[in-house]
Amino acid sequence: MTIDWAHFTPGASFAGGVLIGLAAAMLVLLNGRIAGISGIVGGLMRPRRGEILWRLAFLAGLFAAPPLMVLLLGHPLPAPRIEAAFGTLIAAGLLVGIGTSYGSGCTSGHGVCGISRLSPRSVVATAAFMLAGIATVFLVRHVV
Amino acid sequence: MNLAAAFASGLVFGLGLIISGMTDPGKVIGFLDVAGYWDPSLALVMAGAILIGFFAFQLAAKRERSFLRGAMHLPRRGDIDKRLVLGSLLFGVGWGLAGFCPGPALVSFASGVEAAATFVLAMLGGMVIHAAMERLIHAPRGH
Repeated sequence: MTIDWAHFTPGASFAGGVLIGLAAAMLVLLNGRIAGISGIVGGLMRPRRGEILWRLAFLAGLFAAPPLMVLLLGHPLPAPRIEAAFGTLIAAGLLVGIGTSYGSGCTSGHGVCGISRLSPRSVVATAAFMLAGIATVFLVRHVV
Repeated sequence: MNLAAAFASGLVFGLGLIISGMTDPGKVIGFLDVAGYWDPSLALVMAGAILIGFFAFQLAAKRERSFLRGAMHLPRRGDIDKRLVLGSLLFGVGWGLAGFCPGPALVSFASGVEAAATFVLAMLGGMVIHAAMERLIHAPRGH
């Protein structure tokens, strides 16, 4: 294992993580809800009374983040490094959509909120998606 | 008030994702690539988020109602079933293929990143497929 010092951003990543934790804290303490993105979006697929507006408000906030960040920085956000081709993006999106619905959560719901709650389900889910992600990247980058 | 709180939470969440670098799939794949040049940043994102989250959820667990006097909707399940593990494994494969998970993909989509739009549409498609399959399996049969 070699550390990629050129891309490692401990300070910014920890600070960003603290903000994500604060956002999850706000949502659970003020709204009594879990800040799990796949769960929030998935709940809109089978809409029920009282389950729509807060989800849309949260997503509106999420969508407002990039323009606010650009405003604060005074310059555009750095371009993301995306290697996946069109077909891969489609396959990946389908897997993420079906997998997070089937497994009741993603990196935010299980990885952040669930582990914070010390939920055994979320610890298992997080271990499963981390291992599957590591295995996939290993196959794509070092085998195929 | 509830909606303003949800909006603010989404906004702070999105800013956190951008500042942490998680909206860059290269950074996510750099974390998952333990056999190559490893970028440990994602571990620090989790550490920062869980550090705050731990205390917030300790407090939340003790409360009957939220600070805005709404009901608490906390998951109560503790069982580990096949769906949880299988679903999470599928999610992990998709995550590793593109370097996108739902939150960062939506934020990148909002920044106008074309690849993120493709991913988000497929992800929503996956969620619709799942919902349709559930309806088919659990559909009430005739009398």
